[in-house]
Amino acid sequence: MSQATNRKLPVWALRLNGSAVLLFLYAPIILLLVFSFSASRIPGQWGGFTTEWYATLFDDSRLQRTISVSIRVALISTVIATVLGTMSALALERFKFRGRRVFDALLYLPIIIPDVTMAVMMLMFFSQSFNLVEAVFGIAISKGFATIVISHVAFNIAFVSVVVRARIAGMDATLEQAASDLYATRWQAFRFVTLPLIAPGVLGGALLAVTLSLDDVVVTQFVAGPGSTTLPVYVFSLIRKGVTPTINAVSVIMLVASLILVAGSVGLQRANAFRGRQQLQTTGGTS
Amino acid sequence: MNAPNGSEEKVTVAVSLRGISKLFDDVTAVDSVDLDIDDGEFFALLGPSGCGKTTTLRMIAGLEIPSSGSLQIFGDEVGSLPPNKRPVNTVFQNYALFPHMSVADNVAFGLRMRKVDKSEIADRVQQAIALVRMSGMENRRPNQLSGGQQQRVALARALVNRPKVLLLDEPLAALDLKLRQEMQFELKQLQREVGITFVFVTHDQEEALALSDRIGVMNDGRLLQVGTPEEMYDAPADRFVADFIGRSNFLKGTLESPEVVCLANGQRIRVPLVDAVTVGDDVQVSLRPERVMICDVDTAPEGVARLSGIVENETFLGNSVIYRVALDWMTVEVETDHRPDVERHHAGEHVDLWWRDDAVAVVRP
Amino acid sequence: MSVGIAEAKRDRNERRRGLLLALPSFAYMILFFAVPLVIVLVYSFATRTSTGSTSLSDWNLDAYRKLGEPIVRNVVLRSVVLALVTTAICLLVAYPFAWFCAHQRPVVRNMMLVAVMIPFWTNFLVRNYAWRLLLSSGGPISSFTEAIGLGETNILFTKTAVVIGLVYAYLPFMILPLFASIDRLDRRLIEAGRDLYGSGSQTFRKIVLPLTMPGVIAGSILVFVPSMGAYVTPELLGGGKETLLGSYIVTQFLTARNWPVGASLSFVLMAVMLVSTIIYFRSGGKNL
Repeated sequence: MSQATNRKLPVWALRLNGSAVLLFLYAPIILLLVFSFSASRIPGQWGGFTTEWYATLFDDSRLQRTISVSIRVALISTVIATVLGTMSALALERFKFRGRRVFDALLYLPIIIPDVTMAVMMLMFFSQSFNLVEAVFGIAISKGFATIVISHVAFNIAFVSVVVRARIAGMDATLEQAASDLYATRWQAFRFVTLPLIAPGVLGGALLAVTLSLDDVVVTQFVAGPGSTTLPVYVFSLIRKGVTPTINAVSVIMLVASLILVAGSVGLQRANAFRGRQQLQTTGGTS
Repeated sequence: MNAPNGSEEKVTVAVSLRGISKLFDDVTAVDSVDLDIDDGEFFALLGPSGCGKTTTLRMIAGLEIPSSGSLQIFGDEVGSLPPNKRPVNTVFQNYALFPHMSVADNVAFGLRMRKVDKSEIADRVQQAIALVRMSGMENRRPNQLSGGQQQRVALARALVNRPKVLLLDEPLAALDLKLRQEMQFELKQLQREVGITFVFVTHDQEEALALSDRIGVMNDGRLLQVGTPEEMYDAPADRFVADFIGRSNFLKGTLESPEVVCLANGQRIRVPLVDAVTVGDDVQVSLRPERVMICDVDTAPEGVARLSGIVENETFLGNSVIYRVALDWMTVEVETDHRPDVERHHAGEHVDLWWRDDAVAVVRP
Repeated sequence: MSVGIAEAKRDRNERRRGLLLALPSFAYMILFFAVPLVIVLVYSFATRTSTGSTSLSDWNLDAYRKLGEPIVRNVVLRSVVLALVTTAICLLVAYPFAWFCAHQRPVVRNMMLVAVMIPFWTNFLVRNYAWRLLLSSGGPISSFTEAIGLGETNILFTKTAVVIGLVYAYLPFMILPLFASIDRLDRRLIEAGRDLYGSGSQTFRKIVLPLTMPGVIAGSILVFVPSMGAYVTPELLGGGKETLLGSYIVTQFLTARNWPVGASLSFVLMAVMLVSTIIYFRSGGKNL
């Protein structure tokens, strides 16, 4: 559908709407960026240019600790979720086994479940488990770094799996047969044919997992312990107490970080699409 | 088994199937196939979609395991072996070239998997690529190649491993007509040059007739007949085979004696000796349009089988003319060469049809 | 080995490999997802003791009965209304946008779609915070209206602010399915419609709208469902004055310490999600 628009519809109105939407989407981000350099103590008011708010961040050890926690949680949970998610994707797309349908359905739930429900259920799970462990083994555990990681992995497996599955499904299944015909063992076929071809999908899934982990507020809030908070949760609580210019600065940094991730992801999708086109041309036998 | 040149010398059997069947859940894809494919021959498995020819090929390749039966390659029982343990290679219908590898890497793949020495790999890859006339394209990626080129790479990738048997699954199906004809010729040349057994699956009967030393026709999972292209065309044993390869008229009748058929209209005709059908059974007489002669009434030669009818229509095709002639009890199609100097028969004309006794084949209905 | 046995063996090996491959994640999901979910269900039948902890020994439907009380009903109603308003606004804004997008050259079209997605990929909290900044009194919007003589505007901490925030968050979810659905329209049908009906609005109502309905439904579900359960956005932009479902559930756990009610509400929310998802899949949303 790339022909001229319906001539009865005023094109100017459509264009106006289009620009308005894009403005709506980008204005807040841009304004945030602008005001983070404002010297005014009242956030949102311009008071001359300054970088002092960014400077104060360097002294804020509490902030830095939460950044460290966020990054570590994101990295560890992503690695685990990517490995488990990729294995799930391979199992579901290439094998038949008992319980397959249950597994498939189970992996859809984390994607549709509301944050709040997930936060609630993880909290209850941990509190019950800790009570149980204490009753049986006499050891007292409390919420902390581990519970955050466990929770993040719990929802990220599903997301990684969806992305990798899409990649596998788009892959020509006869390639693995060809590899086998050419004397490759199962492992060799996986290592030299399957893995290189799904790698972009795996990376894409990992990137998605990192983003979701760094973004998460509600679930983390419920399962974090006193000594371990992530950046979003910390900032969230700060905002509720009162908005300060330093929060502006922190927000911009978080924004830039996520934009870098987005750029990486878009670049990866380009590589994906490119390889996908290659495959289509190869296996379609076009002359 | 007769060798292609007709002599009685002993030939080695490359692939031997005995009672091979394959069941998928409740569907019988391949039903008790017995087949010997000779060393060095270009063998075609021919049949319509879903007849089981591809499944049979895949069982030879090892991509499927038979549900029952015995499968031997040069005398070794291989039915239960996985593909990577059989001395056969396959050219897939969609070529299945590895998109993330160059042409050279694709071709080298099998050798690398078997841990062949590096220098030897380089030599053999170069030879294989030259064999399919793709020298100079070693570093291209599959997506930069045309369909014909991809197919050649697929061939090189298979042949470089010096398999005992090469399997080809409808390799020309994706190509357009002209390219297909070129590739058919090249494939035939290639097989002669390399000298190994080619087993080729196709649904195109012309292709099978043009390329193969022998053809095996399958339908509904059963192997109906195996023979040289001439045998399949002139002496089909089965109605399906007669109908699938070329075009044919079928005259219903019963076998009165091994050399006489009584047609449905009561007329008796002589036929080539029939030994596969019991006397008294219903048969059909396969009569190819180009073997039927059409002439004015009462001008047929003495002593030949003769039917009388009225021309329904004539169709001019350039180098030939097709007549549809209505008899009392059926319609017969006749094909004659177009001869500008001879007058054609027109609709409504009474004509006689005749043929030589050996121009027909008796088939089971 | 006979082939029949080999065939069966190969099948069995395949199944075993598949199971082994899936097992670690399967086990993880059972332990850390399915079990917690079951616990929520169990807790929703428990009783809240006077000290605020949960007693699992008394089973009852109290928590569910409490859902019928006016307080809860108002909360749910407010959330539903808000979600509906958000969805409606998204639909009205996204449809022309998606239409416009679908009629551009592929290069422009892709650029626009990427442009829509990029903000969506940035940090969720920050995006909400940005609006908090914009809408506060003393913030840029207020300064702007002051400057043009309309006086101070303080939209923050109102329902409007929450709606703006939700629309901002979920607009891409409406744009993309609509785009996919419009993109699939057969142009000739529209031309035929114009021949038949003469007017653009009739063509739209009788032909375009029904044909793009899968996109409309998919987009609406994708916006409505998260809006219903939203927590961060109402908290930051609504200020907690008018409690919505997400915040209400959270307070059950953190302040009111009434876990059974929190559990029953969470469960009901999830049930709504599940039903919506089924509708989404049934209406062909997955195929967009």
